[in-house]
Amino acid sequence: MIGRHRHLIGLEELDRGEILQVLQLATSMKEVLRRPLKKVPTLRGKAVVNLFFEASTRTRSSFETAAKILSADALNWTAAGSSVSKGETLVDTARNLEAMRPDVLVIRHAASGAPRLVAERVGCAVVNAGDGAHEHPSQGLLDAFTLAEHFTRAAGGPEAAPDFGLLAGKTVAIVGDVSHSRVARSALHCLPKLGAKVRVCGPPTMIPAGIERMGAEVHHALPEAVKGADAVMMLRIQHERIGDPLIPGTREYSKFWGLNARKAAEWLAPGACILHPGPINRGVELAPEVADGPRSVILDQVQNGVAVRMAILYLLAGGGEAHV
Amino acid sequence: MSELLFIEGGRVIDPAGGVDGLRTVVVRDGRIAEVAERVERPREARVLDARGRWVTPGFVDLHVHLREPGQEYKETVATGARAAVAGGFTTVAAMANTSPVNDNASVTELVLARAAAAGLARVRPVGCVSRGQKGEELAEYGELKAAGCVALSDDGRPVASPALMRRALEYARAFDLPVAVHEEEPALAGKWAMHEGAAATRMGLKGMPAQAESAMVWRDVELAELTGGRLHLQHLSTAGSVRALREAKRRGLRVTGEAAPHHLALTDEDLARAGYDTSWKMNPPLRSVEDRRAVQEALADGTIDCVATDHAPHSAVEKELEFDAAANGVVGLETAFAVCLGLVRQGLLSERRLIEALTAAPARAFGLAAGSLAPGAPADVAVLDPAAEWRVEPERFHSKGRHTPWKGAALTGRCTHTLVDGRLVHGS
Repeated sequence: MIGRHRHLIGLEELDRGEILQVLQLATSMKEVLRRPLKKVPTLRGKAVVNLFFEASTRTRSSFETAAKILSADALNWTAAGSSVSKGETLVDTARNLEAMRPDVLVIRHAASGAPRLVAERVGCAVVNAGDGAHEHPSQGLLDAFTLAEHFTRAAGGPEAAPDFGLLAGKTVAIVGDVSHSRVARSALHCLPKLGAKVRVCGPPTMIPAGIERMGAEVHHALPEAVKGADAVMMLRIQHERIGDPLIPGTREYSKFWGLNARKAAEWLAPGACILHPGPINRGVELAPEVADGPRSVILDQVQNGVAVRMAILYLLAGGGEAHV
Repeated sequence: MSELLFIEGGRVIDPAGGVDGLRTVVVRDGRIAEVAERVERPREARVLDARGRWVTPGFVDLHVHLREPGQEYKETVATGARAAVAGGFTTVAAMANTSPVNDNASVTELVLARAAAAGLARVRPVGCVSRGQKGEELAEYGELKAAGCVALSDDGRPVASPALMRRALEYARAFDLPVAVHEEEPALAGKWAMHEGAAATRMGLKGMPAQAESAMVWRDVELAELTGGRLHLQHLSTAGSVRALREAKRRGLRVTGEAAPHHLALTDEDLARAGYDTSWKMNPPLRSVEDRRAVQEALADGTIDCVATDHAPHSAVEKELEFDAAANGVVGLETAFAVCLGLVRQGLLSERRLIEALTAAPARAFGLAAGSLAPGAPADVAVLDPAAEWRVEPERFHSKGRHTPWKGAALTGRCTHTLVDGRLVHGS
């Protein structure tokens, strides 16, 4: 259980205490990742099924790694080559997998609401690993974790003990195709609960109707959006959006909404860090020298993703006392 | 020897006849004989005790999907007609998007034959605007009318081509048929799952802007002016559509409009609260609070002529799916009266106007001889208990469709008896 919740469908449903519960446990989990022998017996005998209806390398590997470090058995089920291609419905697929008695079902699906549909019809815990443009809760949590780590480091605190209180009063700018982004929505449900302000920025075609009612401050000009921000999260521009017609092309996009070393130096606050949920389109939203530069915490995000997912699986698989 | 039925003690509301008060309705040989305050009752007359009830003309629904021929697993003419009379509806206009579509006399005749065999509500078929509902050529309106069609519609899809719409409105004049339209500019609407707005943004569902509907309404208002044709606007759901209809009426054009109970009662935020429940998915989608307010006001002031359910049954096969993948459509015949009565209780609509919008007004829009208790008219009557409290249990519906946003809801107001041609077809 995460607080009152048997499933993790979205961060919209989680309150501040429940978010902190996961983040604090992730701190202990990250300590396991630093050990020479990265294995604890906590979820021995538990089974985690990764049910991915959409291509994903990073998130699936991250959940799989998290399960294995906790000694759970992990099974990967991908849509291609499964009965889905034979016309089986989502509910049927989920019920069939449930009959194999997993403890946690991790689902990624192109349709918003798909994990919730499954959660209402199976007995095991369900984790949303990204549904349509709705939510990507583990990403939202790992982003919050990474930001806290960065702010703790900047304040001269111990890196191994991120202070989540430091998110209070900070400003995070999210730049890119917000309309199609579940990462942006999960951030909007998470960061304000930890006291941070969120700005969103992109061409008006990529800013969805009513986003300000989710607490976002809307910008269309990048220099304004990042001015004084403590962190900037660049979203991936998906190639299928070009000619959608949301934007005329990548050349114009990167000119006005992409970040390179010169713009970063000129417009960003000195200590501001840069996040990206990956995979990066190098040279479109992010120039290589920025992605690999000193402000980038992108690889921290990947590592923290494993720790956060360990915490999620631990809480939902009902592992024993937290002796990790 | 004539057969006599006295419906006594009820409040008769017959907007067509300007009647509202305690009256006795006398039915002789299947027709209304008289509606009067005091009538001598002969010993042989049967009596229907309507004390505490409303007695109104049987309701007229200009928009139902009965799915037969072709999709009998969703609904048949018989089950749909049974659901209709259970909801107080004695006349329903059956949409043409069956399989095959109703673009020729043989399909029209089949629907009428099935309806006659069921012997419940009067089913008035609606023929296609375009052959095969492909939006390319005109269907044969003369043949369709001769076979029994009362209007033309490609409902389920819009008439995308303005040129075809112009010719349809023009050509239909030869047969005095209204062209009923589902207004949705397809390129602007795109692939969508709900109304575009803050709720869709939060849910991560692709939205359809309100303007995809109203832009098409404005187009067709202009075409109604160009052609002088009879235009009926189906299931209006947006403030912009209402503005266009109001303007059409101001210009004196032959344009009418309908609104569905779900658009009158619910919004996109209600859908968001229900999660991704596909029993809340329909086309047009539930709109914003502002849109709902405009549609309510337009129904109250008569800009929107009538209530029509857009009863659109589906099976679990189409509905037990991801929200994006689920079919559009919910059932409405058995909940419409109670839902609309809720608007009356909120002070948004008068009782008289509600009954008019369910009886005389829709009959007028399609030119049907229905919706009135005038002497000599067929005795199509609804007896309603406006105080009856009940819980919506879809598994007990007469319709085969089970998907309604009111599943489990407590509603007030129910039809207790329905007469068609003086025969009791619902209640005992």
